[in-house]
Amino acid sequence: MSASNTTTITSIGAPNRRNTELALLVFAVAIPVFAYANTGLAKNGSVPAGLLGYGLGLGLLAGIAHLLVRKFAPYSDPLMLPIATLLNGLGLVLIWRLDQEPVLGAAMAPKQLMWSTLGVALFVCVLVFLKDHRILQRYTYISMFVALVLLVLPVFFPAVYGARIWVTLPGIGSLQPAEFAKIIITVFFAGYLMVKRDALALASRRFMGLYLPRGRDLGPILAIWAMSLLILVFETDLGTSLLFFGLFVIMLYVATERTSWIVFGLLLSAAGAVAVGSSEPHVKVRVQDWLHPLALHNGGVTETAQSMYAFGSGGLFGSGLGQGYSRLIGGIAPKSDYILATVGEELGLAGLMAILLLYALLVERGMRTALAARDPFGKLLAVGLSGAFALQVFVVAGGVTGLIPLTGMTMPFLAQGGSSVIANWALVAILLRISDTARRPAPSPAPSPDAEATQVVRSQ
Amino acid sequence: MNKPLRRVAVFCGLLVLALLVRVNYVQFVQADQLSNDKNNRRVAINQYAQPRGDIIVDGKAITGHTTTTGSDFKYKRTYTDGPMWAPVTGFASQAFGTTMLEGVEDKFLTGNDDRLFFNRTIDLLTGKEKKGGNVVTTLNAKAQKAAYDGLGNKKGAVAAIDPRTGAILALASTPSYDPGSFAGNSVKDSKNWVALDKKNDADDPTLNRALRQTYPPGSTFKLVTAAAALESGKYTDINAKTDSPDPYMLPNTRTPLVNEGHIPCKDASLKQALQYSCNSVFGKIGADLGQQTMLDEAEKFGFNDEQFVPVRAAASNFDKKMSPDQVAQSSIGQFDTAATPLQMAMVASAIANNGVLMKPYEVDKLVAPNLSTIAQTSPSELSKPLSPENAQKLQSMMENVVDKGTGTNAKIPGVRVGGKTGTAQHGVGNDKAPYAWFVSYAMTDQGSPVAVAVVVEDGSANRDDISGGGLAAPIAKKVMEAVLNNH
Repeated sequence: MSASNTTTITSIGAPNRRNTELALLVFAVAIPVFAYANTGLAKNGSVPAGLLGYGLGLGLLAGIAHLLVRKFAPYSDPLMLPIATLLNGLGLVLIWRLDQEPVLGAAMAPKQLMWSTLGVALFVCVLVFLKDHRILQRYTYISMFVALVLLVLPVFFPAVYGARIWVTLPGIGSLQPAEFAKIIITVFFAGYLMVKRDALALASRRFMGLYLPRGRDLGPILAIWAMSLLILVFETDLGTSLLFFGLFVIMLYVATERTSWIVFGLLLSAAGAVAVGSSEPHVKVRVQDWLHPLALHNGGVTETAQSMYAFGSGGLFGSGLGQGYSRLIGGIAPKSDYILATVGEELGLAGLMAILLLYALLVERGMRTALAARDPFGKLLAVGLSGAFALQVFVVAGGVTGLIPLTGMTMPFLAQGGSSVIANWALVAILLRISDTARRPAPSPAPSPDAEATQVVRSQ
Repeated sequence: MNKPLRRVAVFCGLLVLALLVRVNYVQFVQADQLSNDKNNRRVAINQYAQPRGDIIVDGKAITGHTTTTGSDFKYKRTYTDGPMWAPVTGFASQAFGTTMLEGVEDKFLTGNDDRLFFNRTIDLLTGKEKKGGNVVTTLNAKAQKAAYDGLGNKKGAVAAIDPRTGAILALASTPSYDPGSFAGNSVKDSKNWVALDKKNDADDPTLNRALRQTYPPGSTFKLVTAAAALESGKYTDINAKTDSPDPYMLPNTRTPLVNEGHIPCKDASLKQALQYSCNSVFGKIGADLGQQTMLDEAEKFGFNDEQFVPVRAAASNFDKKMSPDQVAQSSIGQFDTAATPLQMAMVASAIANNGVLMKPYEVDKLVAPNLSTIAQTSPSELSKPLSPENAQKLQSMMENVVDKGTGTNAKIPGVRVGGKTGTAQHGVGNDKAPYAWFVSYAMTDQGSPVAVAVVVEDGSANRDDISGGGLAAPIAKKVMEAVLNNH
C-alpha cells in the first residue's frame, strides 16, 4: 500500500439537482393550469376567467418555494417539492371543479387557495428557521405533551359528521389537530426511540422463535395502544388511531430491528379494531357499509355506493374533467373525504393510478431520505414522517375505494381542508431538511500538514 | 437501521400496490357492473341526456320529447295517443324505468347502442349533439285505433298479425294508461305511477294483456284440435260423419262432456262440429288423438314457448302430462290450457297462410339519426303446423262458421272471412263471467293480409250475452276492415 493512495470525498462531483427540480416544477404548475382550462371548457364552454391569476399564483408559490430551497436546502431531494406542488394544484382544480355544482354548496376553492398559500409559507418558514433537524431532538418531551393535548382537544368540541376530530374556533373556522399531531408525535417517537432503542432491542427473552420484550419495556407500546383506542372510542376516529398506532409500530421496528414488535403490534391493533368495531355504533355502520357497499340505507343510495358508482362509471379513461356526476355523492363529502371518487370518475383508472403513484413516489423519496440520513434521529424522523404519510394515503384511498372500512381522514394535498394542507407542507419541509443534511457532501477533511511526513513503520 | 428501513419502504410500496390492485378491480373488473347498476343514477341521466329517438308507426312518430328543468334530466318522453299505443311503446320514465319497446330498444333509442358507434363518432367529430335512433314498427295505425276504440270501456285485448309475414298490425289492451303521465320524476309523476299500481287499481292498467296475459282460450282452441285431427291423417274429409256420441263421457270418468244448448252434435262432421262449436266432438277427437299428438300440434302453433317480438310475450300453455279426460277437456280449451291473444292470432294466421306460421314481429327496422337503416327485420318462418291442403280445409271450415255458424257478426261483404268464437269459463265452479273470444282472418286474392284475436273479459255484461260472437266478433271485424281498407 502506498501512502499516496488516500481518497477524499470532494464536493465538486456531487450534483445538487436543483435544476431538475425547477424543470419538474414547470410541469407541476403547467399540468394543473391545463386541467383548470380543461374543466372550464368542459363545464362552461369557455376558459375560466381566473386562469391567468391561478396560473401565476401557483407559479409564484412554486417559484418562491424553489428559490428558498435553492438558498436554504440546496442539496435536498429534487422530487418532493414538484410532487407536492402538483398534487396541491390538482386538488385546487378538483375543488374548483366541484364548486361548479350548485348542489354542493358554497365555493371552497378560494379558501383552499388561501390555505395552500399558508401551507407554502409554513414550508418556507421551516426551511429558513430549522437549520438542522437535530434541533427538534431537544423538544422530545415537549412534543409528547403538545401532541397529547392536540389529540385530546377535539373531545371537548361537538362531533361533526359523527366524528370528533375537529376543534371549532368561533369566527376563525375549524381545525383538525390530528393533522399537526401527526408530525409532532413523530418528533417525540424519534427522540424517545433513539434513546431507548438499545434497551428495547437487547433486553428481551426468546419465546417460540420470537424475542419478546420485557414487561417494563412493554409500557410505552401499551400506552400508545391504549391512547389510540381512546381516540377511537371518544373521537370515533378509526383513521387517526390506526395512523398513530401504525406509525409507532413502524418506528419501533426500525429503531429496534425486532420483528417481534410488528407481530405484537399487529395482534394488538387487530384485537383493538375488533373490540371497538363490534361495539362502537359509528364504526359498526362503517364496517357494514364496507361489507355491503351497494346496499340501500332506508331505501336510499348511500355515499359509499355513490362513490363506488363514480369509480365504476369512470372506467379506464374517465369521463373527462367536469363531465362526471360525482356531485351525486352530495354534501361536502365530494370535496373532502371522497375527492378521489371525482378523480376516478373524471380522470379514469389511468388518472387515479397516476395520482396514487405520485403519492407512492413521494413516500419512497421520504424512505430514500431515511436511508441516506446519517444520524439515527434523522433516520427515525424521516421514516416516521413518510410512513405516516403512506399510512394516511392508504387509509383514505383504501377507505374510499372500499378496500378497508372508510375513516374520516383527508387525502393529503388533494382534499379540501386547511389543517391537512398546511400540516403536509410542513411535513414535506422537514423531509427536505433531512434530505438536505443527508445529501450534503461531507466537508473535505482539513488538510493535515504532516500527512506526508508521517512514515509507516512496519514491525516484523 | 437500514435493513428494517428497507423493509418498511417495501411495506409502504405494498400498501400502494394494494391500492392499485383495488382500483383496477373497481374501475376495470367491476366497471361495467357498477356503471350499469340499477341504483346508479348516471344510467338514467345518460338515458335522458339527449333527445330520445322516436317510435314510428305508418311513417309518423307516436312519441316525442320535451325539455325538463330543475332536475338531472334534460329531456322527457312524450306520447301521442299514449293509452292507445301503450301496449306497443310501453313507457320510458325518468323515475320508473322502461318497458316494452322503450325497454327492449332502449339503447338504440338513447343512441348508446354499439351499432350507432360510427354515427356517434361522426357526430362527436362534427360537434353535433348526440341523438337517439328511431324504431320503425310494423303496426297499422288504423287497425290499432279500430281495436282500441272497439274495446272501448270493456276490459280486454286485441292482437292482429299479417299472416304472410308475421308483422304485428295491432296490439291493444284495455283498460290502458298514459305512459306520458309519469314520464318525468316530479311528485305528480310518482302520484300517477302509484295510482296505476295493481294494489291501487284492481284493473291493473299497466298489464299488457295482448302479450303478457294468458286466458283459457275456450272453443277457439278447437282450431288447434281440428288441425291436429287433419294432420293425423285419421280425418281427411271434413264433411264425413265422425263417431261422436252426445253427450260424450270423459274417458275413465262418469262425467259427461255436454254441449251448450240444443245443437246437432251427435256424429257431426268436422265442419258441422266447428260451425256449432261441439264440445263433444272435439273433446273426443282430442282424447282419441292422445296427449302427445295434441301437445305436438299445439307446440307447432307456438304454445309452451315465450315469443320475442322483440318484446317478450308470455308463453301460452298446453299441459305436458295429462290423463285422457284432461286431454279431452284441454282440447276444447279448458282445464289448464291458456293462451295469450297474440298466440291465438298466430293460430289463425298459420291457418290463413296455408299452414305456414311466420314468426311474429313488431319492429320493421332500426333507423339511425341520419336516417340510414341499421337493422331490418326480414320475415322468417317459425313452423309448419299444417300442410297447405289441410290448411285450406280448415279455412273452409272457419269460413263456414262466419257464413252460417256462431261468427256471423264478423261477416264483411265481398271478402272471405274465416273465424271461430270462444266462450271460456273460469273461476271456481265457473262462477265468474266467461271470457269472450273471437279469432279470425280475412282473405283476399293476394293471400290473407290480417289475422286477429280478440278477447273481452267484461264481468259487468249480462252473462248470457257473453259469447265470442256477440262481444268480440264486431271488434275483430272492425280491425280486419281497417287493414283491408288500407290496402
